[in-house]
Amino acid sequence: MRKIQVSEITENIKEMCIEANHFLTKDVDKALKAACDTEKSPLGKQVLTQLQENLAIAGEDMIPICQDTGMAVIFMEIGQEVHFEGGLLEDAIHEGVRKGYVEGFLRKSVVKDPLIRENTKDNTPAIIHYRMTAGDKVKITVAPKGFGSENMSRVFMLKPADGIEGVKNAILTAVEDAGPNACPPMVIGVGIGGTFEKCALMAKEALTRDLGTHSSISYVKEMEEELLSTINKTGIGPGGLGGTTTALAVNINTYPTHIAGLPVAVNICCHVNRHATREL
Amino acid sequence: MNKHIKAPFVQEEINTLKAGDYVYISGTIYTARDAAHKRMYEGLERGENLPFDIKNNVIYYMGPSPAREGRAIGSAGPTTASRMDKYAPKLMDMGLKGMIGKGKRSQEVKDSIMRNKGIYLAAVGGAGALLSKSIQSSEVIAYDDLGTEAIRRLEVKDFPAIVVIDKEGNNLYEMAVKEYRTI
Repeated sequence: MRKIQVSEITENIKEMCIEANHFLTKDVDKALKAACDTEKSPLGKQVLTQLQENLAIAGEDMIPICQDTGMAVIFMEIGQEVHFEGGLLEDAIHEGVRKGYVEGFLRKSVVKDPLIRENTKDNTPAIIHYRMTAGDKVKITVAPKGFGSENMSRVFMLKPADGIEGVKNAILTAVEDAGPNACPPMVIGVGIGGTFEKCALMAKEALTRDLGTHSSISYVKEMEEELLSTINKTGIGPGGLGGTTTALAVNINTYPTHIAGLPVAVNICCHVNRHATREL
Repeated sequence: MNKHIKAPFVQEEINTLKAGDYVYISGTIYTARDAAHKRMYEGLERGENLPFDIKNNVIYYMGPSPAREGRAIGSAGPTTASRMDKYAPKLMDMGLKGMIGKGKRSQEVKDSIMRNKGIYLAAVGGAGALLSKSIQSSEVIAYDDLGTEAIRRLEVKDFPAIVVIDKEGNNLYEMAVKEYRTI
């Protein structure tokens, strides 16, 4: 049994909230550069150039990449040999988010009640997803999610008869409806299968996968490539101002499902596809 | 075409702008987003005045991240404009001349832009650090309790934006997408 003080979790989450909001992972940087080279619209190219300038300024001057520093989504993968000490793990996670957002000059974007809408003023609570794994390690992923793109995300409960074409159409529909609202170029996270909530969670997790990597299932990999190509032919372009770069990646995760169903979730993210991962 | 324009907006300058023009705005603009719009709207319904004179003014749909010491503002990019669609036509009929945001607008907003010879501009979404460099000062003038959603008066210099809907009702989002669509 390995003992971990929950204060260590708090400190790491605090740092990761700040890190994720100022620095994107290298794969996003690389994808933006590549897009800038291939973009056909002059205005689109200009937008992509600005996004790269924006990333440079964010890192150098410690200004968040986007003013919407998101609702903090936290994935906790906990080895079952781990024992937490010093308090409740869940409290420690929220405390890490609180410290990160208050001390890191990040925007407080969370309201206490969805209808009464009073700001909690410290960006808590976080959205936490736990998974038990083998071993004695703890893997933490902090993925602050902005709502310009979150609002354009969808769940479709398709019929088995809709098949692969139905899935592709659903994804394309979500992307086209999102258009300029989701701050393209977008990253598209997709979950296919499972249940209503499982496919949504898979779509969210898919956003944390490096851009340019693909599913290990060959037909899913083909779908990812084909959909990215089709999405980039919609004309939406950078900023929705027209062009050939509408998405940087389509990441699809799948899971077994029920004989009667074909759930599909499309979680749209802007190019500010933030996530930081650490293993303790 | 790249143009430099003053804020508050001057009708003669707005008249020359077309969907697709790239503009640099200098002068005074105001921020308001969801909660501030709701509060302004409810105040008007009770017969109260708006917290600032909106005639010929510009609202930037934006809620910044907190400023670090010595800075005018934190990250300061646009939020999705359509959430303010419910409130925008009334404000335009009262004199609001321009809106800066991102994303699609409703037919009602487009109609009110044409009726009032106004304009809707987009700033680049997700470029809040870059855009903050064009903001020289920021002062909360109303609804301080709303935090990031308070109404702020901003002094901007060469703030970059793109005309999306001009006073004739031309919509860049529709025009540009058609041009590059190949499916």
